[in-house]
Amino acid sequence: MTLRDIVKSLDATVYLGENQLDREVEKAFASDLMSDVLTLKETPILVTGLCNIQTIRTCDMATLDEVIFVRNKKPSDDMLELAEENDMVVLGCQYSMFKTCGLLYQLGLKPLY
Amino acid sequence: MHQEYTVVEGDFVNAGTASSSVKKTLKQLNVNPQVIKRVVVALYEAEVNAIAHAYGGKVSVDIDSDKIRMVVADKGPGIPDIALAMKEGYSTARPEVRDMGFGAGMGLPNMQKNVDKLNVTSEVGVGTTVEMEVNFV
Ligand SMILES: Nc1ncnc2c1ncn2[C@@H]1O[C@H](COP(=O)(O)OP(=O)(O)O)[C@@H](O)[C@H]1O
Ligand SMILES: [Mg+2]
Repeated sequence: MTLRDIVKSLDATVYLGENQLDREVEKAFASDLMSDVLTLKETPILVTGLCNIQTIRTCDMATLDEVIFVRNKKPSDDMLELAEENDMVVLGCQYSMFKTCGLLYQLGLKPLY
Repeated sequence: MHQEYTVVEGDFVNAGTASSSVKKTLKQLNVNPQVIKRVVVALYEAEVNAIAHAYGGKVSVDIDSDKIRMVVADKGPGIPDIALAMKEGYSTARPEVRDMGFGAGMGLPNMQKNVDKLNVTSEVGVGTTVEMEVNFV
């Protein structure tokens, strides 16, 4: 599926990467623990409630190109600047982590483990 | 090639600047992306530790044609029991560190998993030095 399908299903806000929503996504990983994200060999879309600069840095190190912030957490300008340098797509939605993951699972995104 | 970076005490916002910069350099040198990921994940965890558990420090990086050597040396409380600190899940992190998405006791294990050589030396009350090496091939 594409990021556009995800945006539609989550009624998501696109903070960055409006013109890249045709990117294909196959898998998702949900965590607020960046050390855990840093263990991933694959590069899923990240679903997280942790909204600070370290989230974006972690995506940079782990080469993750897409992130969704849940519960209306809004990324700061600094975060978006760093994310833009790395060609990331940054989304946000109002739903809880649980509901977000449920909707994405229903949509057909696959887990890593 | 030699590079040095300063890790500033308490500066969580800038944790990872050394790793980001090393990533750019290695990309320019056409190092295998998988290898770059291993290097920067390990260095990033070490940088976070120098801020989370010590009072900042210095990162020095030496890049050769076949490997990278990284040394993160901090001034800090030191680690009384290194074997214990290396155990997955062991952490003395403050809530502030957890709020940044770290502090689950996975940093040192993450470093160990990603590098070819890891050497941690520490003196209580003085500081900690983490030396890491990753081979490019
Ligand atoms: N540079 C350091 N200075 C002092 N103590 C450290 C340092 N690095 C690690 N430690 C100790 O080792 C523990 C485990 O480190 P780590 O595996 O990175 O997990 P975490 O950072 O999540 O606590 C830390 O909680 C701390 O007690
Ligand atoms: Mg750590």
